[in-house]
Amino acid sequence: MEGPIRAREALALTLFSLLFFLSRSSALHDLLISNAERRIDLSSHIVKVYLTLKVENAGSSPASEVVLAFPPSQVDHLATVEALATKGKRKKTTFVRLEVKPTELPDAPNDTKYFTIYLANPLNSAESITLEVLYMLTHSLEPFPAEIGQSESQLVYYRDSALVLSPYHIKQQTTFIKTPSTKVDSFTRVEPTNRAGTEIKYGPYEDHTPYSFSAILVHFENNSPFAVVEELVREVEISHWGNLQVTEQYKLVHAGARHKGVFSRVDYQSKPSFNGVSSFRYLLARLPPRVHSVYYRDEIGNISSSHLRTDSRKSELEIEPRYPLFGGWKATFVIGYGLPLQDFLFESSEDRRYVNFTFGCPLMETVVDKLTIKVVLPEGSKDPSAVVPFPVDQHLETKYSYLDVVGRTVVVLEKKNVVPGHNSHFQVYYTFKPIFMLAEPLMLASAFFLFFVACIAYLHIDLSIRK
Amino acid sequence: MSSMISSDLLKPFKLKTKQQELLIRVSILCLVYILAFITRLFSVLRYESMIHEFDPYFNYRTTLYLTQNGFYDFWNWFDSESWYPLGRIIGGTLYPGLMVTAALIYRLLHFLRFAVHIREVCVLTAPFFASNTTLVAYFFGKEIWDSGAGLVAAILIAVCPGYISRSVAGSYDNEGVAIFALLFTFYLFVKAVNTGSLAWGLASAFGYFYMVSAWGGYVFIINLIPLYVLVLLITGRYSMRLYVAYNCMYILGMLLAMQIRFVGFQHVQSGEHMAAMGVFFLMQVFYFLDWVKHMLSDTKLFQAFLKITVTFAVAVGAVALGVGMVSGYISPWTGRFYSLLDPTYAKDHIPIIASVSEHQPTAWSSFMFDFHILLFLFPAGLYFCFKRLSDATIFIVMYGLTSLYFAGVMVRLILVATPAVCLISAIAVSATVKNLTVLLRSKNKVVQTGSTKGTSSGKASSKASLDQSQPFQKNGAMALLFGAFYLLSKYATHCTWVTSEAYSSPSIVLAARGAHGNRVIFDDYREAYFWLRQNTPPDAKVMSWWDYGYQITAMGNRTVIVDNNTWNNTHIATVGRAMSSYEDEAYEIMRSLDVDYVLVVFGGVTGYSSDDINKFLWMVRIGGGVFPVIREPDYLVNGEYRVDKGAAPKMLNCLMYKLSYYRFGELVTEYGRPPGYDRARGVEIGNKDIKLEHLEEAFTTSNWIVRIYKVKPPNNRW
Repeated sequence: MEGPIRAREALALTLFSLLFFLSRSSALHDLLISNAERRIDLSSHIVKVYLTLKVENAGSSPASEVVLAFPPSQVDHLATVEALATKGKRKKTTFVRLEVKPTELPDAPNDTKYFTIYLANPLNSAESITLEVLYMLTHSLEPFPAEIGQSESQLVYYRDSALVLSPYHIKQQTTFIKTPSTKVDSFTRVEPTNRAGTEIKYGPYEDHTPYSFSAILVHFENNSPFAVVEELVREVEISHWGNLQVTEQYKLVHAGARHKGVFSRVDYQSKPSFNGVSSFRYLLARLPPRVHSVYYRDEIGNISSSHLRTDSRKSELEIEPRYPLFGGWKATFVIGYGLPLQDFLFESSEDRRYVNFTFGCPLMETVVDKLTIKVVLPEGSKDPSAVVPFPVDQHLETKYSYLDVVGRTVVVLEKKNVVPGHNSHFQVYYTFKPIFMLAEPLMLASAFFLFFVACIAYLHIDLSIRK
Repeated sequence: MSSMISSDLLKPFKLKTKQQELLIRVSILCLVYILAFITRLFSVLRYESMIHEFDPYFNYRTTLYLTQNGFYDFWNWFDSESWYPLGRIIGGTLYPGLMVTAALIYRLLHFLRFAVHIREVCVLTAPFFASNTTLVAYFFGKEIWDSGAGLVAAILIAVCPGYISRSVAGSYDNEGVAIFALLFTFYLFVKAVNTGSLAWGLASAFGYFYMVSAWGGYVFIINLIPLYVLVLLITGRYSMRLYVAYNCMYILGMLLAMQIRFVGFQHVQSGEHMAAMGVFFLMQVFYFLDWVKHMLSDTKLFQAFLKITVTFAVAVGAVALGVGMVSGYISPWTGRFYSLLDPTYAKDHIPIIASVSEHQPTAWSSFMFDFHILLFLFPAGLYFCFKRLSDATIFIVMYGLTSLYFAGVMVRLILVATPAVCLISAIAVSATVKNLTVLLRSKNKVVQTGSTKGTSSGKASSKASLDQSQPFQKNGAMALLFGAFYLLSKYATHCTWVTSEAYSSPSIVLAARGAHGNRVIFDDYREAYFWLRQNTPPDAKVMSWWDYGYQITAMGNRTVIVDNNTWNNTHIATVGRAMSSYEDEAYEIMRSLDVDYVLVVFGGVTGYSSDDINKFLWMVRIGGGVFPVIREPDYLVNGEYRVDKGAAPKMLNCLMYKLSYYRFGELVTEYGRPPGYDRARGVEIGNKDIKLEHLEEAFTTSNWIVRIYKVKPPNNRW
């Protein structure tokens, strides 16, 4: 496993240095986008944007990177950017994942921020390529009014540009905005603009120069659960006796319009259809299959309402906080579960193992503002290293658990602004000698042995002064 | 061949009778130790590992503070989260024994690298100490009778419901460790009296110190032991052993007890402790007289001297006491103490004590419930004790009789009586069974009598006489033996049943049977407290009746106006007054107390009967006791308390009624009943159109058990 990584790194390095010389001057403006189609999905509180770009190389030299531009207000809320290159026609279309990295470019107008897509094969002059870009925005729907009562539904603003922001010339572009319901209060018109059902169509617009921008504002109803985990700490504890114990600490908040005034239980119970529509009562967590001993509790005890459904492929845990969450209400809780070790731990070479686990939050359709993953390695393991498909902050800690003498090494991974798109696998490699497994049983056995020896000694020793 | 080898191998393992006896004894004790622990785990298995009821939440909160901030911070802790705006000096107003014990266990476990949570330690503290109590009971029984009685006592106390009621897992209260400390102190003291050893006296002083640090019930010890000494003096059983034991225990115990801030100088200043001091001086006079008697050979002279000395001593004592009382140096007896001596006292003078259900006089049924066959065995045990009177048996008899009296005065003091009842009953069981088995065996071997050391010669002779007179005596003994075993096994099943049915409910989580026999859980308390914790400003002040104060601070983490530490009657009366006033009057009171939220408990939807409406008359009484504007008859109709249409108008419009029944009139609780049917009281409520002016509903739990209202800010004038 180590070999390919190093090779990839080396490749990336050479590519990077190559590009560094090639691109700086030329590549940016030699490209042009012949067709851009953007679909913005506003049905949940995570904004998903699918951008299809047909890029043409109008210059003379081959280009190997394509630059995406984002307004500074969006960059802070940008959770992921992924790019795929399409190959082949229609039915035989295959996708190749491309590398995307944030970049700085000189003289960016209005603090525009850039991401660079590195193409697998350089785009020769007069050739064209279709790129599928997916990016997700969090905290981009602003509730307005900011405070609502129990019986009102939640209206939000979404701000964007009718034109795709790009450093390239765009020949033709269209933007579709999908709203969760037909109830749209208002939207900015940039002709031609059409609205049909739950879709608003901006465009097509022809021939726009680089950095064209046309602000739009959509005000619409969105009652999907605005479930935001302000802080999530996932602790994965490896025991070589066959168990992987996961403990997840959540700080959940309803990030939608704040609840105002009374909370009436009688209304909430008797008219559920139009009372508390923006609130949510439960969330769904998708756990790995073969999960066992699941618990769900908070600082003051078990939470008696949760349901677990398991089958061979996945387990679903329905988490119901103690009370329904209205806008601005919070709930903290802990979920814990055990997993069979053989599903997650693999041997890579002599004494070298790696644990393969999912990054991200098991709750569906949830934004995590700050995610910390702690992988607690067994006592006595050495040389930990983590392989994560996206940049994270890493450091090491030591934790003392049951019968630990020197403490367990903890690999801590931290990432901000995590969306379900980050639920991919990561690996932590470490060296562990199986002999260390015997340390704790031996300690216990010797303690008991010493206790009995002491008892025997006490019974046979006469400590009295007088005889 | 192989059998020969095995028998050869087994030979060294063959035990002598004494070793066999030791092995059986140790294994029985181990089993009892485990049994006492696991029988208290019903609540954990049936619910979860959680703290129960009211006071334990305060103890848990303070233990948490102690483990997080260390002992000195704990000792100096001023808690501004309770009794707003007065606050409470926690370190000086609690018995720290329980918290320090739990924290020490926690530290020890962590030192041994057992990464347990402090909550688990707190939950299991009471069962752990109950297990230790069984060991103490064994040694105590051994001291006053014999090891057989000790074993029986250990078994009886391990499962006795009177003790289990306060020591199930999760019942993290002072009594959990205090009963252990109480019995241990008594055991050490009896041991000291029996041996006359300074070491045992010292140990009993430390036992007393631990008891003082753990529970206010130490007053029982400091009064019982002098009483016992007095009785020994009167019955002419004064000895040097007693002198050493009592003086050592009293002086050292007193000095040690003064280290507890909450107790302070009470040992020399409070009326409740004066008996011990009086007996101490009496003891010195006795010793002095003894010495004089020893020196003077003339009895006449001594009689004269005795008269003078006793009169003088009594006079000096009386004058000292009188001066102390008058000058206020010695405080008079507290109301709680009076209410123990006179069961009707609290009802007339201290409604706040009388309002607590566990302070009510005990019903016969609860004696039966908590003691079962021990109730019959107790007199039998007393008979055996009187038959073989010694210093130790006199002690246990006195302990038994006094504590049984107190158990009759207050339900919760059954707990104190339980060890004595178990010990005395154990003597009865052990002595009876022993006599019967001796009878059974002596038939076969007439020479057996000499080897049974426990039974006295009188018994042996009576048995010998029986031998000739009654031919069916062997069968009779057999029958009686089976009867005893039947009773004891009944006792075991009764105890298990009581533990599982009555004493293992945490009372925070309520469980009921659903329509299909399934278990329905009402977790409304925690729902409300957690809502408070998460969704109110951190400095919010919550007003509720004092019962819920500890829970709100511990689970809701919010400031309360009054709580279960009912030290300030006026403050509680103010809350009672607010609850029983009209809304606008109550609003003034709440504004003056900076109240942000009001919490009421309401059982009308679920039929939960210990809610605030049923407690309401106590609020009126306690409020009226301080503020005469609140008058109980205003809330009653012809002396009857009702909430339906016929209720008193003041009742229908007071704050408590409004908050409990706000918008309840729209709800249909039971099929075939009109809306607004209160299931806890079985009536349709009298005021269905409740409008709130100064408060608004902030939260109501899913089964309506807890309702929280927000106090609105005052209206703008323009």
